[in-house]
Amino acid sequence: MPSPVPHETLDRIVAAAGRVILGKEHQLRLAIACLIARGHLLIEDLPGVGKTTLAHTLARLLGLQFQRIQFTSDMLPADIIGISVFEREKGRFEFHPGPIFSQIVLADEVNRATPKTQSALLEAMEERQVTAEGMTRPLPQPFFVIATQNPSHQVGTFPLPESQLDRFLMRIELGYPDRAAERELLAGTDRRLLADRLPPALSVPELVALQEAVQSVTVAPALLDYVQELVAYTRTSPLWQAGLSPRAALALVAAARAWALIEGRDYVLPEDVQAILPGVAIHRLHPSGEASLRMSAADVAARLIEAVPVP
Amino acid sequence: MTRPSIPLLPAQSWWLLVAGTLAVAPLAPYLPPWLSTAAAAALALRAWLIARRAPLLSRWVMVLLVMAGTAGILGQYRTLLGQQAGVAMLVLFVALKLHESKARRDGLAVVLLCYFLSLTTFFYSQSMTHAALLLAAVIVTTATLASLVDGRQAPPHLLRQSAVMLAQATPFLLILFLLFPRVSGPLWGLPRDAHSALTGLSDSMTPGSISSLSQSDAIAFRVKFDGAPPPRDQLYWRGPVLTAFDGRTWDRIPAKSRPQLPYSVPESGLYRHEVTLEPHNKPWLFALELPAELPPDSLMTDDFQLLAGTPVTQRQRYAVASHTDPMAGREEHRWMLSRAKALPRTGNPRIRALAAEWRAKHADDELVLREAISHFQRLRLTYTLTPPLLGPDPVDEFLFDTKQGFCEHFASAFVFALRAAGIPARVVTGYQGGEINPVDGYLTVRQSDAHAWAEVWIAGKGWIRTDPTAASYPLRIEQNLAAVVPAGDPLPFLMRVDLPWLRDLRFRWDAVTNAWNQWIIGYTPQRQQELLSRLGMGTPDWRRMTAALSIACGGVLLGLTLWALRQRRRKDPALALWRKATARLAQRGIGPMAWEGPVAYAARVAAARPDISAAIRDIAASYARLRYGNPDESQLAALRAQVAAFKP
Repeated sequence: MPSPVPHETLDRIVAAAGRVILGKEHQLRLAIACLIARGHLLIEDLPGVGKTTLAHTLARLLGLQFQRIQFTSDMLPADIIGISVFEREKGRFEFHPGPIFSQIVLADEVNRATPKTQSALLEAMEERQVTAEGMTRPLPQPFFVIATQNPSHQVGTFPLPESQLDRFLMRIELGYPDRAAERELLAGTDRRLLADRLPPALSVPELVALQEAVQSVTVAPALLDYVQELVAYTRTSPLWQAGLSPRAALALVAAARAWALIEGRDYVLPEDVQAILPGVAIHRLHPSGEASLRMSAADVAARLIEAVPVP
Repeated sequence: MTRPSIPLLPAQSWWLLVAGTLAVAPLAPYLPPWLSTAAAAALALRAWLIARRAPLLSRWVMVLLVMAGTAGILGQYRTLLGQQAGVAMLVLFVALKLHESKARRDGLAVVLLCYFLSLTTFFYSQSMTHAALLLAAVIVTTATLASLVDGRQAPPHLLRQSAVMLAQATPFLLILFLLFPRVSGPLWGLPRDAHSALTGLSDSMTPGSISSLSQSDAIAFRVKFDGAPPPRDQLYWRGPVLTAFDGRTWDRIPAKSRPQLPYSVPESGLYRHEVTLEPHNKPWLFALELPAELPPDSLMTDDFQLLAGTPVTQRQRYAVASHTDPMAGREEHRWMLSRAKALPRTGNPRIRALAAEWRAKHADDELVLREAISHFQRLRLTYTLTPPLLGPDPVDEFLFDTKQGFCEHFASAFVFALRAAGIPARVVTGYQGGEINPVDGYLTVRQSDAHAWAEVWIAGKGWIRTDPTAASYPLRIEQNLAAVVPAGDPLPFLMRVDLPWLRDLRFRWDAVTNAWNQWIIGYTPQRQQELLSRLGMGTPDWRRMTAALSIACGGVLLGLTLWALRQRRRKDPALALWRKATARLAQRGIGPMAWEGPVAYAARVAAARPDISAAIRDIAASYARLRYGNPDESQLAALRAQVAAFKP
């Protein structure tokens, strides 16, 4: 039987976050699923829809040590990783760790930085360690990157290449709030302030326990069949230039497990895979034709889902 | 709705090119040389263009090429229709269509043409080699089709997929092969000269005019004996009988042919055998000397030649019984005997003198015959396949000067000598010997086993076979040609005995080819009738056969479907129960989408049918747990009960 504890904890987090981020429960759940599946999260949308607030809220709720990096086009890798400075009193160089040495790194507007600076961040995300001036330094545990970016066709952006997008377990879009939520937003207090005042909903041991619970969610052979069918379809469909990689398939399974846990189940259903598919799969697929280029991620995901029968 | 055309990937273009090449290549020997060359050039140009990623040729160039090709074919055959011109047009289409293939739709057209073109190979040859080439072409064409569906798959994967699909079609292949109503003869009329190049014995012989006998490994016929074959020195396969002689050339005489034997045969000592005769475009059939029972639809002449009604232009199989010593012709016509004694007035004085000597010594014909045989043995003639040319008195020159020749020289000289002594004699041509294939037990007789011998008429005994070659060279008869021909004489490669592995290989290949001929090519309307009556269909007409065909195909299809369904069901009983429940909902118009998960579907149904909301949610939950979760034993029973009670 499913342990009730993770489910209740997760409900509590979603509820708390929902008090700050209005009308975006599905996105909140996705974001939390991403984090308890030990994945990095990319939030992409237009400026002003609450990307940074969401990242902020998540960081606060998880109760982790938190740094924010605002990416700009003149930023250098050392601004993220840190730099060695000569200390006169000690008579030697001392390493001053950069903002990356933190449990949660909020990388705001990551696509405003040059590819060189982006890659410094992305290397850290993959390796969970940083190499500077010949020394390899481990990053704190747990380590999450929540990055936000503007849609790539905006002016002054350096779009992340596919290989680097691949390092994010999920990419989610927020979209405009509905009318009621927007009204509440306009009437209420400043969301940033609310987020800052938010008490942590989770301790580090609780977070680790959640992450372990995700690992123990059952994935039946029938479900793996389904995941493989989905992946195989992306590899043969003319909609995309290349199909999903095995890494992407692993990401699908990991995220679906986390989603199942949030849904209060100890096994994964095809519905779980379908729920996380737009976030996990679509940013890893490069459309091949003009028509699919104009489609939104949700539409593309719907086409993929509807093309593959559940075995 | 018009679908946008999907451009071909380079890999798909390569596939199409390879498929086109494999479809055209087996036809190359049968096309006019200019067309083979042009097609090869077009394919090579296409390869070069693909490799360079160059654009397609311009429309005007294509129009010109099509017009030039069509004009060429029109000039060659005077028509664009019919078998030969039609195949030529198809070759032209494949070669040129590749040059204007830019979208998947064009690729599909090329694939279709390739399938059709591959089939036309059978107009020209139905050998096993061609069938193997065709199979390869079909596998590649099918892989090409698969690559058009998904151009990113690796070639080995596509080839394997294609081979597996074709293997799965084997039951249909067998049913269609066995049951499809057969017509006798080819569907398309073959050109009249199609068989002109077939090798075999001719109906005359002129020893002395040939200085080099070309020997061929080609198979003349195959024989299957019922029981033990006769000893090797009795393996004389009778062909044309040459009685007329003009001093140089031996020829057949117009003999009457009839459907009964002109002689009587003892009841016992018959060798029953079945001959599979390769086409040789002449009317005669071969059988062990002398036939005792005629095969159906055959005739026997007064000089004991077995004839078919028409020239043998297709491989033919017939059963014969023979007796090796029937003492035929004891009451021979005076007319026939006088023909068998006739000689030109002049020529060959030396042998005439010698014959006169024998005649003076013996009054009895049989003693003269013995004297002649022993004289031939004493002459020390040399057996060679490259004898010198002979002048105006060929028999004299051969017997007394050159002393070199092959069986035709021996037989011709021997018959001449006996006729000069006043004894009726004639030349018989045919084959001698043959080789038992240890693999399948068939005796194979090749063109290189062709032989000529003599037949002598002795009063009271009839026609007696006498083989002067055997008298001089017993090995020629006991073993084969290679045993007597001096080293260095050209011999068919396969007759050399010093390569045991090669002989073994040849035996095996022969056996396989023979099986192919007997069972695949030789599956004639008669055989089909036999098989079907053995299966209890009586003598089926084409309607009943078509019905049987449809039933058998339907049966196989049904069997495969049931098997596939069973496989699916056997996988998971929970899935079967879920399908049962959803099928009931589908009847009410709220079936699941193929892509819908159980819980999501249950929610949709619950919204549409609040009355069964609880039931469907329970079923979906149980099923989801059984299929995707960690179920225990009791849950399957629970689901079964839920589904049984589910009446939407």
